[in-house]
Amino acid sequence: MSGFHLLEPRASTFASSYDWLFFTMVVMCSVVAIGVFVVLTVFSIRYRRGASVDRTPFSGSSHPIEYAWTITPFLIFLGIFVWAAILYAEAKTPPPGALDVSVVAKQWMWKLQHSEGRREINELHLPLGRPVRLVMTSEDVIHSFYVPAFRVKQDVLPGRYTELWFQATRTGEYPLECAEYCGTDHARMTGRIIVMQPAQYATWLSRGNLAPSMAAAGEERFRSLGCSGCHGANASVHAPKLEGVFGHPVHLSDGRTVIADESYIRDSILLPTKDVVAGFVPIMPSFQGQVSEGDLLELIAYIKSLANAAPPPRQR
Amino acid sequence: MAEADRPPSYLAAGYTIRSWLTTHDHKRIGILFAIAITAFFFIGGAAATMIRIELATPAGDFVTDDTYNKLFTIHGVVMVWFFLIPSIPTTLGNFLIPMMIGARDLAFPRLNLASWYLYVLGGAFTVATLIAGGVDTGWTFYTPYSSIYSNSHVMLAVVGVFVVGFSSIFTGLNFIVTIHTMRAPGMTWFRLPLFVWATYATSLVMVLATPVLAMTLSLIGIERLLGIGVFDPALGGDPLLFQHLFWFYSHPAVYIMILPAMGVASEIITCFARNRVFGYRFMASAILAIAVIGFLVWGHHMFVSGQSVYAGFVFSFLSFVVAVPSAIKVFNWTATLYRGDISFEAPMLYALGFVGLFTIGGLTGLFLAATALDVHLRDTYFVIAHFHYIMVGGSVMAYLGGIHFWWPKITGRLYHEGIARFAAILMFCGFNLTFFPQYLLGYEGMIRRYHEYPPQFQLLNVLSSAGASILALSYLMPLAYLAWSLWRGAPATANPWQAQGLEWQTASPPPTHNFEAAPLVTHAPYAYR
Repeated sequence: MSGFHLLEPRASTFASSYDWLFFTMVVMCSVVAIGVFVVLTVFSIRYRRGASVDRTPFSGSSHPIEYAWTITPFLIFLGIFVWAAILYAEAKTPPPGALDVSVVAKQWMWKLQHSEGRREINELHLPLGRPVRLVMTSEDVIHSFYVPAFRVKQDVLPGRYTELWFQATRTGEYPLECAEYCGTDHARMTGRIIVMQPAQYATWLSRGNLAPSMAAAGEERFRSLGCSGCHGANASVHAPKLEGVFGHPVHLSDGRTVIADESYIRDSILLPTKDVVAGFVPIMPSFQGQVSEGDLLELIAYIKSLANAAPPPRQR
Repeated sequence: MAEADRPPSYLAAGYTIRSWLTTHDHKRIGILFAIAITAFFFIGGAAATMIRIELATPAGDFVTDDTYNKLFTIHGVVMVWFFLIPSIPTTLGNFLIPMMIGARDLAFPRLNLASWYLYVLGGAFTVATLIAGGVDTGWTFYTPYSSIYSNSHVMLAVVGVFVVGFSSIFTGLNFIVTIHTMRAPGMTWFRLPLFVWATYATSLVMVLATPVLAMTLSLIGIERLLGIGVFDPALGGDPLLFQHLFWFYSHPAVYIMILPAMGVASEIITCFARNRVFGYRFMASAILAIAVIGFLVWGHHMFVSGQSVYAGFVFSFLSFVVAVPSAIKVFNWTATLYRGDISFEAPMLYALGFVGLFTIGGLTGLFLAATALDVHLRDTYFVIAHFHYIMVGGSVMAYLGGIHFWWPKITGRLYHEGIARFAAILMFCGFNLTFFPQYLLGYEGMIRRYHEYPPQFQLLNVLSSAGASILALSYLMPLAYLAWSLWRGAPATANPWQAQGLEWQTASPPPTHNFEAAPLVTHAPYAYR
């Protein structure tokens, strides 16, 4: 039986924390289960019909012991809840400076793209020891990106972005699986995560297909779709400039303030009347149907590359 | 009363099929349901058999991928809606609730019969779905796969579930009104047997939650048939909305499946330990707490769905809270054995098996309630093992325990005790061999709803499939010996177990009107000492 192992390998920072909690629970629940079984067995034998043993009914209130075995489990549960919640919050909060990778899921394959431009199908090459953040969407139904060795999983939904982060701690190849039933070939929507030493990863990246970086491809699309007509430096239309926007707060016309993340940019392109920037009118047309999920991710990569640029001087 | 003066039993009150199909007698309706749900149990079991045969080898070589997807879907749809949810309430509940409270029938006998016809109609749609070629969305019908992308018979299946939901609602309504208004003199709330409390709480959940299912299924229909965007983002909808609506019903639904089983366990354990139940008021309160808090935990199915982290915290916390009353019940059943006078007839073996397997299933629920742990385990075989421990190790074993316990009362016959004990023990062993390896498979990362899997998972899958064959045998055995007892079983007296409870104060089988005179209740239940 090749590769049979009882303990799933741990290959991410999260996996180690995860297993501590998991095996603590295993021990604790085993103690309780064995305890219940032992008491049931002992009582069944001791008080079986025909045994001569004292059966005088328990007199006195059952309340003290009942309160005890109500409150004690509750306190233990509270402890587990808090421990798990802390880990969960950590798993959902990518650290700054993570390597961004875009993921587009479709029936029945994973399309991944590094920000440097290199594309992969059903495989993801990553450097060891660096946090990686996946921005994911689906072209059709709900899928779920799951790497058992990293103990991470996140559903991938159509029409929105979900994110997942992890930091690999061991080189090697680890299975990637779709963990949300998505139709006929759900069981075949599998792949591999390949973790390499940083130097080897850099080599791999540079030797890959010579596609432009996502930001460069996005800039080209920004022009070809006509976005620069309104958002560019020489535009005569009153439209928000996109330099210095990504990752920063944006004040909206309805009084709210949001952080300009991937979802905000995507919605601005597909649903431009949803979140209108304060001081502007909703005249931007929607690009629904004119941009694919991959195009959107490239456009977002371009706008992200402008995050620290200064807005161009206004030309009059 | 002399044999000749005794009124005829409800079984003798008409021998034609018509007398059965037009009956208003809650006892006959209970039997109609029992026949129907048994048929569906074996349909769902056939699907499970094919699934386990496929999974005995890593390659997807027994059935095609599409067929496998239809098999697990029909297994879930049939077992959840056509077996587990109706099982104890419509069979044992229908038969026993009026008798346990000293009444002649339910409050609405014709509504009861209508409930059975709706079950049959819903079942007909489900069988039609199978004949037409099946449905492949999973019993959870997640969108937009079910509403837009699936090419299988989604609407036929959805209509079947919609219709059977109303069977549930009618039954629940009937029980609530009956328990409130038809208790015999002296039968106060805190003198009710725990089976009545459990059925009452279950009925509240049925009536409040099932309409949400009906609405959700209607929305799938609206999107699929009319193209109105509800869940598909391409039409302006939200796929996550479906999950909230679906689980708002389906989580309480699992409490519909377990609460009656807990009621049965309390009746059996007290009788065969010859003891009062330990902590009656805590037990009744725990039943109500589970029913109420059960409405507040649905988001624990959605920790990695795209739900907010803060919502995750709230649902996780409440899921731990709902585990507390379940723990109380396990401890109280155990304590009921203390200083008892215990015998191990088949019903008691089933009830003790229930307590043990429910304990394991419940403890593994804690893993899934813990947000961080659920990230790895969700959609793996760990979840499958968890819910089968509760629904099969729990509910099905309790159902069979109840069928054996009340068999003399219902049929007037005794089953063969030796074979019954053997089958119960065989079931316990077969069950554990089938489902315990699945916890390990889940931690290892084997995903559910996969018809093929990496070869390193084969050993545990072979153990599981082997267990399933033993489990299948242990389900066929009661079918055989219980049926046999109808012809050759020894006649039963009114109270062969010397049990407490009003249902045992009348003949086995009872007359149509249950009691000659309305009983007067003067003491607490479980007066075994």
